[in-house]
Amino acid sequence: MMGATRTYMRRRATNYTMIALCGLATLAAVGILLLVLGYTLVHGIAYLNLEFVTQTARPLGEPGGGMRHEIVGTMVLVGLASLLGIPVGLLAGTYLSEFGGRVGSLVRLVADVLTGIPSVVVGIFAYAVLVRPMGTFSALSAAVALAIIMLPVVARTTEEMMKLVPQTYREAALALGIPRWRVIVSVVVPGATVGIVTGSMLAVARIAGETAPLIFTALGNRFGFAGLGEPIAALPLQIWRYAVSPYDSWHQQAWAAAFLLVMLVLVISVLVRWLTASRHG
Amino acid sequence: MARPQTIEDQTHGRAWRSLLRRPASPGDRLFQGTTLLAALSLLGLLLAMAAYLFYVAWPSIARFGVRFLTGSTWDPVKEVFGALPAIYGTLLTSALAMLVAVPVSLGVAIFLAELSPRWLRAPASFLVEMLAAIPSVVLGLWGLFVMAPVLYPLEKWLASSLGFVPLFRGPVFGGVNFLAGGLILSIMALPIITAVVRDAILTVPAAQREAMLALGATRWEAISQAVLPYARSGIVAASILGLGRAVGETMAVTMVVGNGYRLTARLFAPGNTMASKIATQFNEASGLEINALVELALVLFAVALVVNLAGRLLVRWTVARAAGGGQ
Amino acid sequence: MVAMERLDRSERAAGHSGPCIVADGLNAWYGHVQALRNISMSILAKRVTAVIGPSGCGKSTFIRCLNRMHEVARGTRVSGKVLLDGEDIYAAGVDPVRVRRRVGMVFQKPNPFPTMTVFDNVAAGLKLNGLRAPGGLGERVERALRQAALWDEVKDKLKQGGAALSGGQQQRLCIARALAVEPEVLLMDEPCSALDPIATARIEDLIRELADRYTIVIVTHNMQQAARVSDMTGFFLMAHDRAGELIEYGETQQVFTNPKDEQTEAYITGRFG
Repeated sequence: MMGATRTYMRRRATNYTMIALCGLATLAAVGILLLVLGYTLVHGIAYLNLEFVTQTARPLGEPGGGMRHEIVGTMVLVGLASLLGIPVGLLAGTYLSEFGGRVGSLVRLVADVLTGIPSVVVGIFAYAVLVRPMGTFSALSAAVALAIIMLPVVARTTEEMMKLVPQTYREAALALGIPRWRVIVSVVVPGATVGIVTGSMLAVARIAGETAPLIFTALGNRFGFAGLGEPIAALPLQIWRYAVSPYDSWHQQAWAAAFLLVMLVLVISVLVRWLTASRHG
Repeated sequence: MARPQTIEDQTHGRAWRSLLRRPASPGDRLFQGTTLLAALSLLGLLLAMAAYLFYVAWPSIARFGVRFLTGSTWDPVKEVFGALPAIYGTLLTSALAMLVAVPVSLGVAIFLAELSPRWLRAPASFLVEMLAAIPSVVLGLWGLFVMAPVLYPLEKWLASSLGFVPLFRGPVFGGVNFLAGGLILSIMALPIITAVVRDAILTVPAAQREAMLALGATRWEAISQAVLPYARSGIVAASILGLGRAVGETMAVTMVVGNGYRLTARLFAPGNTMASKIATQFNEASGLEINALVELALVLFAVALVVNLAGRLLVRWTVARAAGGGQ
Repeated sequence: MVAMERLDRSERAAGHSGPCIVADGLNAWYGHVQALRNISMSILAKRVTAVIGPSGCGKSTFIRCLNRMHEVARGTRVSGKVLLDGEDIYAAGVDPVRVRRRVGMVFQKPNPFPTMTVFDNVAAGLKLNGLRAPGGLGERVERALRQAALWDEVKDKLKQGGAALSGGQQQRLCIARALAVEPEVLLMDEPCSALDPIATARIEDLIRELADRYTIVIVTHNMQQAARVSDMTGFFLMAHDRAGELIEYGETQQVFTNPKDEQTEAYITGRFG
């Protein structure tokens, strides 16, 4: 409708270029994800078989073998870490949501900062407090390290989810003369269950693949689970050891193990998304 | 996961507490005490971490003092430990990661918050968040066997054509080097930067965007001149948090950075970061070397603490301003 | 007395009273909800046209259709024509960017850019259009601030942040910002709703002054304000299905003293709204 000036043409070109670049950046981010998932799935399926889950590692040179010990180890570690981390996280989150105050504000900040502390540092910490005094690497110390990583995540999601429970519910229950703790346990917690469960699942997904802290705590164990006071094998640890080894057969096992981990994370993420979506919808 | 605080967060606790200012029953006191204890355990953990790391690192701190930070040899036989190459490696790879991740994350966040069609927004956000859920060790595996071999010829070509630039000087070590470490870190920092920037953009009032559009601005001009300036502290906070992620990431970078220990500007040289040095060296270490590695963890802890504290405080301030500032 | 003043105004505007914007069968939707139905209205050049009606009647939506701001929100849709100097701004190939360059807008709440200085706020639109020479820019900024009756108050504060001004000053800053690019039309969406009575009076005076040079369309829920500042008035009302319709449109004096539609009369006599 007006004569096209050069400034205007340049502005229009900039507009379209920058919009396209933003789209391209998104495409790149999503593309990387799909590439990583794609390679893991393709390689993983190629090398995954029943033997991988049921057998233990064979000596180098012998074909076949599996990661039964590592799978069991990861299950033990994740289970124990959840047992330690989730209840404390729930209680801490309850405090943040229901009592809060100035202490709550500080603890909230600390939780956020703890989330940002590198897992390798948490592992060294667990080594310093447990492995050194006990004189041995152990499943327990590894589970403690993983629980520490879970703790702030569970606490913060619990807090967020409990805050979504409408204030009127609490008031209505209190008006009936029910003590505060009963109100929280029987009104607030049930109202936030889905959110709390999804938050805990995300925390589990996060620690299942953690590797760095296990180096200083779990160590690895070729002979299978031998108790909480002994070194323990773990999938992510073995992925790393096999990946940096020079042997093709070990690389293949690493891909198969990576596939298992990625499937776990994928299933949890999709499940969480489905749970939260169905709640909102 | 930790969504920024809203104004409800601030009023919420207050209303609830004032409502309940009546004598607490023993059950109430017990319950509040227990939850308080759990909450304080987080604070306790942070303090215990600082204390224990310092305690175990002490023999190394006492022995080397500042030389630990400035020395560049790591010799278990002579028991001389200097962390400078690892610190340098962390700085170099993190800088590379930020160079790539910040602009890309900005683009992704702008796309998600401003440009994406409505039906695409949720699935695209989900996929970007998924990137953060991939275990570090799996990303490292991919980086080692897929990304590095792809980078290798590219690096060789760069070294031969731009080798006069110190950054690109050869020889090239099999694609496993500082550059690969930086790139892997950029992938790991991207989701958190994107999420925080996207949230910051979503708090910008529509009136700001519309004011610029009504002046005859193009869509991009409204974004770059009204929306982004308004969200700038959120963008800074996001970059700081992304930096925190890059500095502390361990497994993926350990697997692709190449395990060298030199001070060099050459991106194609194998290197180490503080985190990767700890991870690769620990199981072979004994005696004083363990104390030195714990000291390295202490340095990493201090850096991560400062960076994350700064980032989180800035996020808080930004949200408080957005909630209280009207506009 | 009032009649005399009206006459004055029409004389002053003589020769400029052709239509500047013509809405022709305009419809607008938010998602599936229709917000405007079949609006046809000729807005006269260099006159002040007030758009009044109860809240939710679509008056804001209407003026947002005049510079294609309605489509900025997600899920919105427009049909029909809006002719600006005879050209349909909704025709295929028309870039809304160029429409908005000619049709400026002032919003309900003052919305200066908080990260920019007073000067940069006013210069923002000029810089978009490639005017960057400091001399020319300074002159244009001063002229816009003078037109917005703000120059004397801020000439020593040009380097300060725009958000540091008072609410009324901020709104005049936004008017200056809109005027700086020299639009043909100025749309004002309840520009005084967030201001105190004194600041409101200043903006009203300003609107009368600006009518010499600009075509102004002002949305207001304040009928006294419409009567004070406008030459023409359009009355909108929500139909049974919540879509806004134009009930009556004519000279302000006629609409307020002798409305043709009984709904208009009911509204201006305060029987609903």
